[in-house]
Amino acid sequence: MTTTTSAPQRSPAGYADLPHLMGLMTGDEKHGPAATSTLDALWVLYDRVLRVTPATAEAADRDRFLLSKGHGPMAYYAVLAAKGFLPADWLPGFGAYDSPLGHHPDRTLLPGVEIGSGSLGHGLPLAVGTALGLRARGLYGRPGQDPRVWVLVGDAELDEGSNHEAIAYAGAAGLDSLHTVVIDNSSATHALPGGIAARFEAAGWSTATVDGHDHEALYAAFTAPHPGRARAVVARVTPAYA
Amino acid sequence: MDTMRERFASVTSRLLDEDPRLAVVLAEIGTDGFAAAARRHPDRVLNVGIREQLLVGVGGGLALAGMRPVLHTFASFLVERPFEQIKLDLGHQDAGAVLVSAYGSYDWPAGGQTHMAPGDVALLDTLDGWTVHVPGHPDEAGTLLRHAVAAGDDKVYVRLSQQSNAVGMPDTGAGFLTVREGAAGVVVAVGPLLDDVLAATEGLDVTVLYATTVRPFDGAALRAAVGAGRAADVVLVEPYLAGTSTAYANDALADVPHRVLGLGTARRELRRYGTVPEHLRAHGLDPASLRERIAAFTGARAGTRAAA
Repeated sequence: MTTTTSAPQRSPAGYADLPHLMGLMTGDEKHGPAATSTLDALWVLYDRVLRVTPATAEAADRDRFLLSKGHGPMAYYAVLAAKGFLPADWLPGFGAYDSPLGHHPDRTLLPGVEIGSGSLGHGLPLAVGTALGLRARGLYGRPGQDPRVWVLVGDAELDEGSNHEAIAYAGAAGLDSLHTVVIDNSSATHALPGGIAARFEAAGWSTATVDGHDHEALYAAFTAPHPGRARAVVARVTPAYA
Repeated sequence: MDTMRERFASVTSRLLDEDPRLAVVLAEIGTDGFAAAARRHPDRVLNVGIREQLLVGVGGGLALAGMRPVLHTFASFLVERPFEQIKLDLGHQDAGAVLVSAYGSYDWPAGGQTHMAPGDVALLDTLDGWTVHVPGHPDEAGTLLRHAVAAGDDKVYVRLSQQSNAVGMPDTGAGFLTVREGAAGVVVAVGPLLDDVLAATEGLDVTVLYATTVRPFDGAALRAAVGAGRAADVVLVEPYLAGTSTAYANDALADVPHRVLGLGTARRELRRYGTVPEHLRAHGLDPASLRERIAAFTGARAGTRAAA
């Protein structure tokens, strides 16, 4: 008998359970930096910010979280399992032919997953369209009815030009239901220091840059008011590949 | 008579009034036609500027939020430039949209190659589940647009043309329409090339089928037309890349010996400006060229029409 056989099964788990849940996918291997760089931001979002639960995963007025940076999704799957969206006993199948858990997520295979991603630069434009759609349906902007849209991108992902089409438009349109979390692990080639927040600001977004592992700082940045403006939070994390 | 593009704006503006789920997304092209609708429905007529990746990405997001998006710009910038967005933001997300293009092939010859996308239908053929409408008249464009919008969450491409037949044909849903019957072969005329095909085959003993919906391809109608004749010789006349539908015709005729000639625009870049009639001649799609090529392939000659 060991103490490591009691994997959580749908029952909500805590932050301390995440390494174990990730270990179910990765075995004894060290967790990939691309996955762990997102773990704290994902946890704070799902634990304290997003108004969506397994019971409301299909509700029209739920908050939407779109993982655009779809590579290295172990942290995402672990958080979804911890919050009961996915059964934890799916995790060991990660990447297998008969598993719904791919190395890039597929929304048609996974409950609670809003988009399929993997090819970079698709989540932010989809998030803009989702925010516009919720507004057009009258679901956003009424008292008590304000589903918000969140999208998580990587700093190197911002190399893709499609993001800049979305940043420019969402800023000009004042899409204040839209929130972008940029996980900045200094992996972009040809990046200008401080350039990420500056680009969003130049397009009219409200921005904050915080320590991507500091839960209170993330929470404060995620929940600060930004009336009439889209919001970007740059979460700085340890450079992945020094 | 208004153009197909004008009909698109008027019909879709009316549909915006009727259907609260409908949203139109533009990328600067075609905004004039939707100015009044945009004032009535500012949240459902959206212009994202000259940003075609965003055009399709926004369409995918609107669909994920429960809307029925209609996306419009020139075919080059709607299908070719953001092709991965069509593949992923619609197909992979299992999201639907109506894509409405203009200037597909030789519609603006003076605009040159940058404003031509004769490979648009062939490109969509690499993806699953697309319905493709090619209206040949503004009346048909209006009807097919209504079908497209009403088609649940399907992925539908509507290819509008500057070229038009003289009169609109009856709505056959998705099926081919038998316009003329003969015994020496079957000619399938697509959209705006019907009048030229009818002129080209005048007096020839061939069946002419008319297609305004090419995907799904009405293989049953083609098979039935071939079965009724003595020769399984089929000519496809399409206003886009030659041979785009040849594989579909071959599949429909898999159980019968047959030959298929695929006519359409040439793959070779013309590097010529000029007019639509000049480009039709250059591609061999004018009535005289079509008659020569159809007669040579099928062996049908004037005066050989069956007595019946």
